[in-house]
Order: sequence, then structure tokens, then C-alpha cells
Amino acid sequence: MSQDVLESHVNSEYKWGFSSDVDAETFPKGLNESVVRALSAKKQEPLWLLEYRLKAYRQWLNMSPPHHWANFKYPQIDFQNISYYSAPKKLPSLKSLDEADPELLKTFEKLGISLEEQKRLTGVESQIAVDAVFDSVSVKTTFRETLAEKGIIFCSFSEAVQEHPELIKTYLGSVVPASDNYFSALNAAVFSDGSFCYIPKGVRCPMELSTYFRINAQGTGQFERTLIVADEDSYVSYLEGCTAPRRDEHQLHAAVVEIVAHTRAEVKYSTVQNWYPGDADGKGGIFNFVTKRGICLGDHAKISWTQVETGSAITWKYPSVILKGHNSIGEFYSVAVTNNHQQADTGTKMIHIGKHTRSTIISKGISAGKSHNSYRGLVQVRRGASQARNFTQCDSLLMGDQCGAHTFPYIELKDSSAIAEHEATTSKIGEDQLFYCRQRGLDPEQAVALIVNGYCKDVLNKLPMEFAVEAQKLLSISLEGSVG
Amino acid sequence: MPMTSPNPPFLLSVNQLHAGIEDKPILKGIELKIKPGEVHAIMGPNGSGKSTLSSVLAGHPQYTVTRGEVWFNGKSLLEMEPEVRAREGLFLAFQYPVELPGVSMTNFMKTALQEQYLHQEREPLNAKSYLAYQKQKQAEVQLDSRLGSRSVNEGFSGGEKKRNELYQMAMLQPKLAILDETDSGLDIDALKIVAQGVNALRSPDRSFLVITHYQRLLEYIVPDVVHVLYNGVIVQSGDAALALELEKHGYDPIKARFQ
Repeated sequence: MSQDVLESHVNSEYKWGFSSDVDAETFPKGLNESVVRALSAKKQEPLWLLEYRLKAYRQWLNMSPPHHWANFKYPQIDFQNISYYSAPKKLPSLKSLDEADPELLKTFEKLGISLEEQKRLTGVESQIAVDAVFDSVSVKTTFRETLAEKGIIFCSFSEAVQEHPELIKTYLGSVVPASDNYFSALNAAVFSDGSFCYIPKGVRCPMELSTYFRINAQGTGQFERTLIVADEDSYVSYLEGCTAPRRDEHQLHAAVVEIVAHTRAEVKYSTVQNWYPGDADGKGGIFNFVTKRGICLGDHAKISWTQVETGSAITWKYPSVILKGHNSIGEFYSVAVTNNHQQADTGTKMIHIGKHTRSTIISKGISAGKSHNSYRGLVQVRRGASQARNFTQCDSLLMGDQCGAHTFPYIELKDSSAIAEHEATTSKIGEDQLFYCRQRGLDPEQAVALIVNGYCKDVLNKLPMEFAVEAQKLLSISLEGSVG
Repeated sequence: MPMTSPNPPFLLSVNQLHAGIEDKPILKGIELKIKPGEVHAIMGPNGSGKSTLSSVLAGHPQYTVTRGEVWFNGKSLLEMEPEVRAREGLFLAFQYPVELPGVSMTNFMKTALQEQYLHQEREPLNAKSYLAYQKQKQAEVQLDSRLGSRSVNEGFSGGEKKRNELYQMAMLQPKLAILDETDSGLDIDALKIVAQGVNALRSPDRSFLVITHYQRLLEYIVPDVVHVLYNGVIVQSGDAALALELEKHGYDPIKARFQ
């Protein structure tokens, strides 16, 4: 026990590390204008979208990766050594799964993702509609008809481009412009698929919507795009899950998620990020560079981000909310766990523009092994955002003495009536806490799981129930071997 | 090493126990034998090794045992991990119970009880019978049921923490309960309540080891045997009258004799 126990770190098993032998069509490695054109042609995209991609590509060429400010180290990514498109040759048709590659169906079955329209868990009333994304394409979106009855559009991004071009044209890049940052520009140039969701006026989405991302093919990156538009007085709860096979090389995941909430609309977006984190020596693992941002366009709109980040070799993401409408609300609840050699630089941005806008940030960082975990957050109150309020609570938990926790809070208040509160704590799982639990008969791993779950309770409570149970289990698994 | 105790009538048999922290010896040959149902008190001046003894018996990783053996219910205690000792029926009521923020008392105790039942190859309680059991035990030790729904020890007063230890003891039904200076920091009313709780838990198949600096607690929990620990060794043992004698003369005569 004691110090060496807290430090000694064995491999925790990554249960989703299998790979599938799916017959796929994969672009040769490399990136140039003709690859962008080929991608667009593959998807039979309209000209305006090809132009959007090409413009983004040219911007990207003149940008540089975020080496200078992010609190992590990583090898230079060779963008010519990545394939930008890989898709299974045999996909299911809209009507039936029969035409799909059986390996593909088996993969999702193994991951516990149902492509059939049935209840995922017995005893749970709610159904979940899934858009399953495998490498570069959406495999299947369930419950489309049920949702369509209410006027809800839930489909893959590629389909939305064909079927609802006016919506895509209006909202694509409206929250995260291609030029926003290095990875958003790359994504805008080469994004392959993702999910699109539109909730019409006054509609409360009757079920949880979700996208499940799976990277399978070797030597590829995944660049998907999610766009959620909630029209006036609507509500939707959205879930995102992701896993990848265990591979020795790093793989790049550079996604963009945009959320638009109109007047009095509410969007709740929950993520359980479980990309392959690399092995105990830091070999392999996903580089997760993601731009997620929502805008409360109308008054009284609300956007809430909840994330549980346990995977990836590197996590770089700041789900943000632009609070433009008066009285709009932005929330960010986050648990980020790093173990072994993982590095996470994550947090949020709350941009207050409208009057009486409110934001809440609760961030729980847990570091074990030799990992580094940073919270980076910006609270910006623009001039005229009178009576804006922010509350930030930022806690770090350390396990052992070889890991690091860092906090970089930026607060910019341009309106004198604004109030921002910031609380931060750093604590260690004490030997006394562990011993207390063991004296009651709990083994060290149970004790750590209990203590960590207790520590994250405020955030886990925000997740939809079924997700919360998964997240709790995931937290325990991620920290397996951090004591013992 | 034999796997069964050479002293079956004893629940706990400590033989020539030497232990310390890092290179510093603290316990220097403890001899202690407790029969089922007996209440033993260990008294002694500050720094004599009282709390070390309770920590070593419970298996605190900070301490190293350098010599000796301990038999508990016929098994070699020192070979067990702390959690196994607990599941075998050894309970330590902590002098300073720690806080576990966000961990509900119910979840904590349910997990602990489940582990004990698994260890004893008993059918675990279902949710309903667990809650009934919990309610009954809270009533037994007069624990405010509101405390039961809060996080473990978080924001509890000193008295509430001690009562919460008693509640956990009542839940886990140990064979041996070690009370490590349970009286410290308690006013006389809180002390009486805790003592009442302990007395209610006395039974022919449960032994107690009460560690205390003051005789005061022993007015309410009357021990069968009193030991005086000084400089890592038990220097004197007797009945309850020994505690009164210590109260009267203090520890100075002991110190003078065994310096």
C-alpha cells in the first residue's frame, strides 16, 4: 500500500480495443486539393460545399497547430501519412440491415450499440435513437421515421446535405467558422460524415438522440461534423460516445460540433469520450482535437455541455457557449480523467453578450500515473452584457505524486455590473481515506472507485441516467491499477 | 507457519508483537489475549504506543511489523490485507474518522456489507432488506437518519462522527471492535451517548478493545481487564480497579517504575 501503491501503475484493460476486419474502401494516404475534391465527389456534394471545403483547405495551409499555448507535448503530426476517407464497402440500406457487412454489425453489437430499433436496456423506459458512424461514414440512423412524425430531422450529415441543403447552408460554419482554428479548418476541408439534427418549433424530442463514433481502419483519421439546430421552444438531449481499436500508432480525431439554440430552446449535449488512450508506456492512442461550440441565438435559450473524458492520448477541447440572447444560459460540467501518459487540456469558454446571461462551469480533473490534466477556461463578459453572472468551480484530484494538475482560468469582464465567481481546489486521494475504506472491507480499487465517483457526483448527476451508469463504470476502469 | 491458532479459547492472541514506523520501533513486545465477549481497556500516557497498536492490528500500511504474531479467531491476522481483516470481523472505530465527499453513507455501508457477506459466503441483502436493516441499526445507535443520507462524515460534528462509527460497527457486527480514543474531543453528554451505544452492542460473542487516555470513559464502559501500556510494552494488567488507581495517582508512578 501507501505511496508505492498509489504510484504503481499497471495496464488497465481497454475493453474496446478490438479491431474489425471490414472490407473497406480507403483513400490513399495524403492530403492535397485533389483529395478534397475526390472526397466531395465521392459524396456527390453540391458545388457550394466543395467551394466551402476548398476555401477551408487553403486557409488551413496557412495556419499552424496549437503548439505554443496548449499544455502538452506531442510529436508533429504528419498529415500526409493519414488517409482521409475509409468506408465499409457494404453498408446497410435504409430499409434493412441485411445488406451490411456482417463484421460491421458485429462490431456495433460488441460495443453494445443497437442498430435495431429496440430498447437498449430493459427496465429503462426511454428509447435512444442512434446514428452510428464507422470511420468516415454513417452506417445507420435508427428511429428516423418515429422522429420524422414530429418533424424532427435526425440523419447522417451526408444525407442532410442531399435532403436538407437549405438548412446545412444556413447553419454550417455559423458557430464554428472554418478559420476558427487549425483543426476546425482541417475538419471543414475534409470532414466525411457525422450527424445532423433539427428540432422544429415547439417540439420536445421524445427520446435521447445519440451518435456513436467508431474509428476502425488503420492509418486513418476521423473528421466528422455534428450540427444540431433547436428551433424556438424546442428541447433535445443529445449523447455522444466513441471508441477505437488498440493500435501502436497514434490516430487523429478532429471533429467539429455546432449547436444552435433559438429563443427558449434547450439543448443538452452529453459526451462520454472513451477513445483508445494508448498503452501504459504512452505508445499509441488517439489524438483528440475537437472544436465544440454552441450559440444561444435567442432570448432564454439554454445550452448545456456535460462531458466525461477518460480516453485519448491527447485531449484538446473546449466545449463553449456564446450567450447572445438575453437571459440565455450556458452550462459546462466536466470530468476529465488522465492516467499513465495521457495528456488533457480541456475546459470551456463562456462568452456573455446578451443581458442577464448566466453561465455555470463545474470541472473535475482527476490525474493518475504520469499524466497531465489541465483545465483551461475563459469567461468573457462583453460590454453591454449587463448583470451577466458566472460561477466556476474547478477541482483537481491527484493520485500519486508523478502526475500533474494545472488550472488556467481566464476571466475578462468588460461590464461593471457583471459578477464572476471562481472557486478552485486541489486534493489528493489520501492514504487515510483509502485505509478508512479498507478497514470497512472494501478493496483498494473499490475504494478508489467510490472516492472518485463521489468526487465527480455533481457532474455525473447531470448525465442521463443510463449514461451515468456507464460513466461510473468507465471511471473505475480508467483508474484500474492506479492503486493495488 | 501453522494455519490455526495454538490458543483456541482466545479471540485475539498477540504474541511478542514488535512494530514501528520506518526505522523507529514503537511497539516492543506486546502480549495481549482477549476471550470472546470480554472488554479490555488499554490505558497509558501519550506516546506509549496505544494508537499504534490499534493501527497495526487493523493493518495500517504506514506501520511495519518486525517481530511477533497475532492470532485472530484462529487465523494469522498479520498475513491478511486490511480489508480481509475487516471482513473477518475486526472493526476499528477511528479516533479521527475521515470525510469522503460525495460518497453517500448508504452506498458506503452497502458496499462494505456486501463485501463482508461475499467473504462469508452469505447471500447479499437485496435493496429492500438492506434499507430495513439500515433503518433498524440507525435506530439502535440513535443515529439521526438525516446523517445516514449524507456523505460519509462530511460536515459531521465531532460527536456525530463518533456516533457514525458506532453505527458502522452496529451494521458490520464485528467479532472484535477496537475503539481508538473514542472519547477524545467529546463532552460528557456525547461521551455518555457513545458509551451507551457501545454497551448496547456488548454480547457474548463480541469483544472490545477500548483504548483511552482517561479513566472517564471506563466509568460508562466497565472493562473486564485493564492494561497499562508504557513505552511500547504492557507493563501492568488488572481489573477495573486498576483504572481507578491510575486516575488517582496519574501515570507518574508507572513512568518512574518502568523508565
